[in-house]
Amino acid sequence: MSAIKLTNVEKIYGGAVKVLEDINLDFESGELIVLLGPSGCGKSTLLRMIAGLETITSGTLEIEGQVVNDVPPAQRGIAMVFQSYGLYPHMNVHKNMSFALELAKKSRQVINTTVTQAARMLQMGPYLERLPKALSGGQRQRVAIGRAIVRDPKVYLFDEPLSNLDAALRVATRIEIAQLKESMPESTMIYVTHDQVEAMTLANRIVLLTPGGRIGQVGKPLELYTRPQNEFVAQFIGSPAMNLIPGEVVGTGEQTSIKLENGGVAVSAATTRSSEEGLKVNVGVRPEDLVETDGDCIFEGKVSITEELGEVTLLHFDRVQDKDAMVAKLPGIHTGLRGNSVKLTAEPPKIHVFYEGVSLYHR
Amino acid sequence: MDGIVEIKSSLKKWVVHITVALLVAVWLVPTLGLFVSSFRTTDQIKASGWWTALFTTEQKEVLRAADPDDFRVADGDVFTVSGNLFGEGSSKKITLWGPSSLASDAYVPGEVADLGDGESITVQANGDYVWRGNDDQLSGHGQRVFVTVRAPPEFTLENYHWMLFDKQNSQRMTKAFLNTLTVAIPSTIIPIVISAFAAYALAWMNFRGRALLIVAVVAGLAVPYQVSLVPTLKLYVDIGIGKSYPGVWLAHSAFCMAFAIFLFRNYMAGIPREIIENAKLDGANDFQIFIWIVLPLSIPAIASWTVIQFLWTYNDLLTGKVFLIDNTGDNIILTEAIIRMLGPYAGQWAILSAGAFISMVVPLAVFLTMQRYFARGLLAGSIKG
Amino acid sequence: MNPVIQALIIILIGIGGCLGYFYLSSQLLDKVLFPQRGENAGRNINRANMIRPWLFIFPALFVLGVYLFYPVLESLRLSLTDRDAGDAFVGLANYQQLFSDPKFWEAMRNNTLWLIVVPATCTAFGLLFAQLTDLIAWGNIARTIIFMPMAISWVGASVVFMLLYDIRPVTGVLNAVWMQFEGGVGSFLFLRIFPAIILLGFAAVATYVCYLFLRPFFIPEERKGGIISAALRAVAGAAAAYLAVLALLNVIDVFTITLPYGKTQAWKTIPFWNNFFLMAVMIWVQTGLAMVILSAALRGIPQETVESAIIDGAKPFQLFFRIKIPQIFGTIVVVWIILSVGVLRVFDIVYTMTFSNWNTAILANYLYRKLFNDFDWGVGSASVIILVLLVSPIIYWNVNKAR
Repeated sequence: MSAIKLTNVEKIYGGAVKVLEDINLDFESGELIVLLGPSGCGKSTLLRMIAGLETITSGTLEIEGQVVNDVPPAQRGIAMVFQSYGLYPHMNVHKNMSFALELAKKSRQVINTTVTQAARMLQMGPYLERLPKALSGGQRQRVAIGRAIVRDPKVYLFDEPLSNLDAALRVATRIEIAQLKESMPESTMIYVTHDQVEAMTLANRIVLLTPGGRIGQVGKPLELYTRPQNEFVAQFIGSPAMNLIPGEVVGTGEQTSIKLENGGVAVSAATTRSSEEGLKVNVGVRPEDLVETDGDCIFEGKVSITEELGEVTLLHFDRVQDKDAMVAKLPGIHTGLRGNSVKLTAEPPKIHVFYEGVSLYHR
Repeated sequence: MDGIVEIKSSLKKWVVHITVALLVAVWLVPTLGLFVSSFRTTDQIKASGWWTALFTTEQKEVLRAADPDDFRVADGDVFTVSGNLFGEGSSKKITLWGPSSLASDAYVPGEVADLGDGESITVQANGDYVWRGNDDQLSGHGQRVFVTVRAPPEFTLENYHWMLFDKQNSQRMTKAFLNTLTVAIPSTIIPIVISAFAAYALAWMNFRGRALLIVAVVAGLAVPYQVSLVPTLKLYVDIGIGKSYPGVWLAHSAFCMAFAIFLFRNYMAGIPREIIENAKLDGANDFQIFIWIVLPLSIPAIASWTVIQFLWTYNDLLTGKVFLIDNTGDNIILTEAIIRMLGPYAGQWAILSAGAFISMVVPLAVFLTMQRYFARGLLAGSIKG
Repeated sequence: MNPVIQALIIILIGIGGCLGYFYLSSQLLDKVLFPQRGENAGRNINRANMIRPWLFIFPALFVLGVYLFYPVLESLRLSLTDRDAGDAFVGLANYQQLFSDPKFWEAMRNNTLWLIVVPATCTAFGLLFAQLTDLIAWGNIARTIIFMPMAISWVGASVVFMLLYDIRPVTGVLNAVWMQFEGGVGSFLFLRIFPAIILLGFAAVATYVCYLFLRPFFIPEERKGGIISAALRAVAGAAAAYLAVLALLNVIDVFTITLPYGKTQAWKTIPFWNNFFLMAVMIWVQTGLAMVILSAALRGIPQETVESAIIDGAKPFQLFFRIKIPQIFGTIVVVWIILSVGVLRVFDIVYTMTFSNWNTAILANYLYRKLFNDFDWGVGSASVIILVLLVSPIIYWNVNKAR
């Protein structure tokens, strides 16, 4: 049985602003799903709708087979970890974690056991008597997670839990969350973030939302990377973003040849029908998939700026008309390329063809 | 900090210090005057300004030796009258003296003034004197002595005693004092619960008409409470409670309720949304969220408002006059008591200042201990209108 | 029954009753009317949540309704009836009587004076103190002293000033100081030059204010708001201009009138000027409030704006008037409004110091006299309604801001 199922879910604010549209999702129990997307794409709204903190304008939400559109948050079997943790400032850690159980009128014994167990799991034993203001950011985060664990929910909801931490702490906590998930294989977790790295490292599957509030793509992290279904996904995943060059299909078949606007020719592993000759498409190739070449190339241009990071060298080319400048990411150190003319090419499977925004690999 | 960057020369800084010191002095002078005057006797007030009371002063006085007919002692043919010009022990010191207004500083203490025909008088610095003369000279009135006196600061508690404890004083303030407390304390406590609940509803509960109600509360802030005096009094009379304590408590509570709701609501709305949502997820309903989360976190706002309301009701005159004070005089409150003193004690600043100060003691004490809350409450109440 | 016992009982009943009401009604809602179990659980919970806010609000609404909103209507009704004629409806007769009462106009004139002088002075001093006390180490102590008068009653403050104004130079500080003036250089400086400077300053400010109000009429880009706004602005501008002219005329007076040197003054009785001596009480008390609020506002100014101005070469005065004041202008307006509302309410000062004699009455006193001395509820309520009308622009402005 699926843990969470959303069918034709929409969210409209004030009768006019459509924030989420055409949301159909099906999550199995035990999965860690990441809702990823740029600011304003509606991922937090979606999470809050699952939690019950926002109403669902239309469509159904089912948790373990039960329609819960009208069920109050506390009775949906979910627990949420907020971005700013939302700890009760006037209660100590123990009380913060036991509040929900006390409201549910559990016995003192049950409460104490549950809280101690959760505290042990998160290594928070020594802090139980402290107030939130006496805790560091990371510790407060753990209390927030502990509060969720204590309620033993079917689904854990995380709303950008790492964004308030500094960089180093973020990495450490990310790994802790991954370990936590390992220790709870049956629990379903839904995790909202705008950070690709978090998404790629933590997720079983990623739901990438577009700025318009629609689903860009759902799938395993590497799937989104190697086979993006549309231009939005292609350019959102991967940094620097995928290069897109306009062109026209000149050769069809098991492989497709495209003559590019800048003069180069790209050969893609996407298959096309002969009727599709002459199609106006965008060719996408990731900066890290570009290699230097002397012969036939996709692209030839003058390097305007180089960024030598040691691990990789980024080459930025002059802009052509008003299109985005091409970027290439070469492994290792390459010095002295500035101002030089460079030819680049890539292997066919790494060349994506997008017709009207949709990838030809996705047919 | 501003100061470091703006004040470049030390001269500039001196100017600021002096200006502020002057202004502070101006602000302090009125209260200081009253305070000092309340510890002086009526005579002292008539003789010198309160601003001299703190220092040893030099004054001119006219004193009299004792009545010779009663006090002269025979010493052969000569009679003497001796004693102390100041009466009982006093710490005053005579610096100059003389037997007549024309020669008022002709002698220093210890010298003997020759009054002619063998009559003489000598005066010591502490006021001891010896007056000699024959039968005729030492008769009738006591000899007048004109003195220049140095008097150290002298204070008394008799004014306070009179105003508070002396049973002969029909305008004793103890009753007014207790009555005022009886008015102020309930008036401060009663509105809190009602306002807090309403404020919570307006801050965190979603319902149609909420915006309208918030506007209504804001409108109610500026409505002058004088509007309510006669209609409410009529209502009270019709119901049958007339002028009474419960009546004035409810009136005070009502007049300040708009402000309470406004203040509490603004503060509660500032509680981070996530805390409230967490509580909802934990399974708390609105009532539980209010009691366990919002109310404890709102204590600073409630404390501030309590201080403001207490001072307001304690110092109030009009509401008390209309809803409580009747003809029996039993229900008098401090402010009214002071006004009633202005007639009988007009010009008697020793008594008046003591009375006024008695009415100020509690508010000043509350102010000095709770100043921070008082200021914060007024600030918060002004931010949004 | 002993009031203290009464108080305890009422408090217990009051608070206990309130808490009980809230708790029980909430329980009733959740357990009986809209139970949270069963098939209609979801719908019931939502219904309960729709009703619950009204349960929470009801007591407060009731109290406000009975004590604030109903009285407004009732006062309106009373102002249209005549108590002596058995509460008969007499239309606007009370208002006619009101407007033909010279005491009423005296009160209005005085009130206008109070409304102009008190908020302006308090705000100006408050601003000055707020800025100055910020610069020195003992600023907090200074502020406490200036703020302290807020703690005492208006009656107490009035008594304090009555001592100050006492006619005997031995008692009243003001007369003691006055008697030192004999018409020489000192007198010229303090009693002619100094007031003249103040009047000139006032005239300058009034002219500037007039200019601010009338500017949009001459510069099309700055027009906003409709006809009402424009009309109000025209009136305000005209009033400011009138005041400026008045102040200038008074400057001449300052130099020409003969001053009664050497005679002790009964300050509270001097025609026209006694109002200012009464206002001094309110200024003394309320400046602390203005100072506290404006001090917080000044502290809230982003340091960067000040620092970049200093780097740009701004001197302290320029910094103050061109960087700081514009940024806290909103708060200045709010303080002004709060003080104005206070001026309209306070009746204790006049009541204590002059009992409305010597033409010092302000509206709140006139109102009190009519209602509780003359027991004329008709005319008294009419004056109450006038008071409400005077306050209504402020209510309107408050409501607008809240939206």
